[in-house]
Amino acid sequence: MALVLNEDQQMLKDSAKNFCQQSSPLSVLRKLRDTNDEIGFDRQVWLQMLSLGWAGIAVPEAYGGFNFGYSGLGVVLEESGRTLTSSPLIPSVLIGATAINEIGSESQKLELLPKIIAGELLLALALDEQATHAPSNITTTATKTDKTYLIQGKKTFVLDGHVADKLIVVTRTAGGTDKESGITLFLVDSDSPGLEIKRTSMVDNRNSAQVHFDDVKVPSEAMLGEEGNGFIALDRVLDIARIGIAAEMLGSIQEVFDRIIDYLKQREQFGVLIGSFQGLQHRAATMYSEIELCKSIVRATLAALDNPDLDRIEIAELASIAKAKLSEVYFLVSNEGVQMHGGIGMTDEFDIGFFIKRARVAQQFLGDATFHRDRYATLKKF
Amino acid sequence: MQALDDFRSSTRVWLEENCPQSMRTAMVQEEIVWGGRQPHYENPESKVWLDRLAEKGWTCPAWPQEYGGGGLNKEQTIILNEELRRINARPGLTSFGISMLGPVLLEYGNHEQKLEHLPKIVRGEIRWCQGYSEPGSGSDLASLKTKAELQGDHYVINGSKVWTSYADKADWIFCLVRTDFDVPKHAGISFILFDMASEGITTKPIQLISGASPFCETFFDDVKVPASNLVGRLNDGWTIAKRLLQHERTMISSFGLASGQSDRGGTTSTVASLEGAAMHYRGDKDKLSDPVLRDEIAQFKIDSAAFMLTSQRSIEESKQGQGPNATSSMLKNYGCELNKRRYEILMKALGSQSLGWEGEGFNAEELLVTREWLRSKANSIEGGTSEVQLNVIAKRVLGLPDILSMNKTNQ
Repeated sequence: MALVLNEDQQMLKDSAKNFCQQSSPLSVLRKLRDTNDEIGFDRQVWLQMLSLGWAGIAVPEAYGGFNFGYSGLGVVLEESGRTLTSSPLIPSVLIGATAINEIGSESQKLELLPKIIAGELLLALALDEQATHAPSNITTTATKTDKTYLIQGKKTFVLDGHVADKLIVVTRTAGGTDKESGITLFLVDSDSPGLEIKRTSMVDNRNSAQVHFDDVKVPSEAMLGEEGNGFIALDRVLDIARIGIAAEMLGSIQEVFDRIIDYLKQREQFGVLIGSFQGLQHRAATMYSEIELCKSIVRATLAALDNPDLDRIEIAELASIAKAKLSEVYFLVSNEGVQMHGGIGMTDEFDIGFFIKRARVAQQFLGDATFHRDRYATLKKF
Repeated sequence: MQALDDFRSSTRVWLEENCPQSMRTAMVQEEIVWGGRQPHYENPESKVWLDRLAEKGWTCPAWPQEYGGGGLNKEQTIILNEELRRINARPGLTSFGISMLGPVLLEYGNHEQKLEHLPKIVRGEIRWCQGYSEPGSGSDLASLKTKAELQGDHYVINGSKVWTSYADKADWIFCLVRTDFDVPKHAGISFILFDMASEGITTKPIQLISGASPFCETFFDDVKVPASNLVGRLNDGWTIAKRLLQHERTMISSFGLASGQSDRGGTTSTVASLEGAAMHYRGDKDKLSDPVLRDEIAQFKIDSAAFMLTSQRSIEESKQGQGPNATSSMLKNYGCELNKRRYEILMKALGSQSLGWEGEGFNAEELLVTREWLRSKANSIEGGTSEVQLNVIAKRVLGLPDILSMNKTNQ
């Protein structure tokens, strides 16, 4: 398993770092928040990301991508995590394009992937229905009527739901509520009649929405994958997304930690730098150790996604390891970020608060640490 | 690439022909080979395996051939280790000479010292012990007081050491001594080697809370040591001492690695894995019935996997010929804490069957768990306490200011 970046990956990481620091610093997110921006991300920044080719990094060349793998997309996500960049990179690229590429038919891939890469199509995944992540617990129904399906139900925590052109909707076409069989995915135009999308204002200032489906009619060609067999394919897409999110979290965690260390080296109390206090030093050293483990996991799991020899279960175990561990460590480091900055850490003027807000959203998205430890134990058969 | 592929296939063939069958099973405590003047081979095939490895220098594959090592480069060493793991091969030799003294002799010793000592380490002919801690010098190691006085062509050593692992079984000692009392404490220490059979040395085992006695007290009473046995420059021993500690930490951190695959080094017993043990003692079939313990075990296994990946990454990142760096403190600390966690979880998994001390009512494995649980408590004390490792990370890795240096009392 490659645990160290190769030269090309390191170059991409350096250029992504440059771009994010220059064009998309944290002040961009602050401004989006303060102006109550309608689309919730900076259109100019997104256009530049598109021109850098970021939307096609992990997409095969046959569909207009650069076939640079998830290790490539991962380093970009990591750097965007350092500046808390809000963009369609996660909902549309990491999740949307991956879903089309993994599950879509040849014609769907040929039609949709080039559009995503060009920025002509934004996607959003409509999956969760309750307050906690439970991907097989689907009650939204799709009922077959002749050549169309009627979708009825509601979804929550839909990232970019209010700006997406199409939603990837996880529905139940058969089976009981919490069954993995009977799940079917559809691509639904966001302007379909009967579809109501309400933006929700989230603590991390990123886009999310609640979506209601009231007999939304979709043609059978809009089905993504096979009827009733959607879960296994979906779960793999979710695993890729979980690993990508872990990469983003790694960037944010490192940024908070760097800011903590800088502060410990400049803040004076009792006539000395507070970084000389053992009570703070040991906590910093403990965080450092945990972050080193996180780096290894993120490198290893991204590399695993690019390794065709690994099977679905191996990827699932790695994804749960990554999401569980990164969630724990982001929790720790974001809390320490506020605490170790003292009073100033509590002020809105200071940036550290943005990280603790993003941390909780990222922790919960696609399963928190408890969810993934439970899943890991189940995969390991205990 | 082709050359490495060839190396892999020839290594695989050689191992197939030369590694005895019983050496391809999980190591058991009694069969560990420590070497020395009076070597002990519980399993005769251990000797065969050691001799064959030593002949190729593969007990120390990366050391130069000139000093008996295998002369392999980093890539070849990684391949050899992968191939050894592939057949589950036991280490041919376990020794402080390999893991601690050898690497610093290669870095700081003179040619004659290397020529005299390294080949014997490779072949397991001399067993070494470590003279570091003293009764008054634990975490504050540099305050050590064992004295070496130059008298003509030799030093006369007086003082005592404590926590000397296997001093009663070792042939030679690498020892920190004070050669100057009139300078700041770090500047008056030297690193010296001597024969434990020298006149004036006595050892006394220390019984631990686990009942085992791997450690000794060691007393030096006018021990005469040739001046040529001093390694590096006079009074510059602290540099060597710290370097050796990095190697020691890397060695100790590997205790945590055993938790990677099976949780107790690959045995097939009921306590081979934490979850297996927990389910066995609860009579569970498909799912561990205690949800809290299940979560704790999952968390442990996730941390273990992450730790193993980190150890691998640190090897990948280290450059050719470059030994461990300050991250060795992180690995030592995390590995030891993991190992302690493993035994605490194992105690919970076994319930009251983990509480026996000896005799009837408990099987041998259960009794071993009790003892190993107690022994594991030393992991975060030996080789520098966890608190000392955190200090090292804070100072050397994170560059945080050192309040102790203001008081001139730091280690």
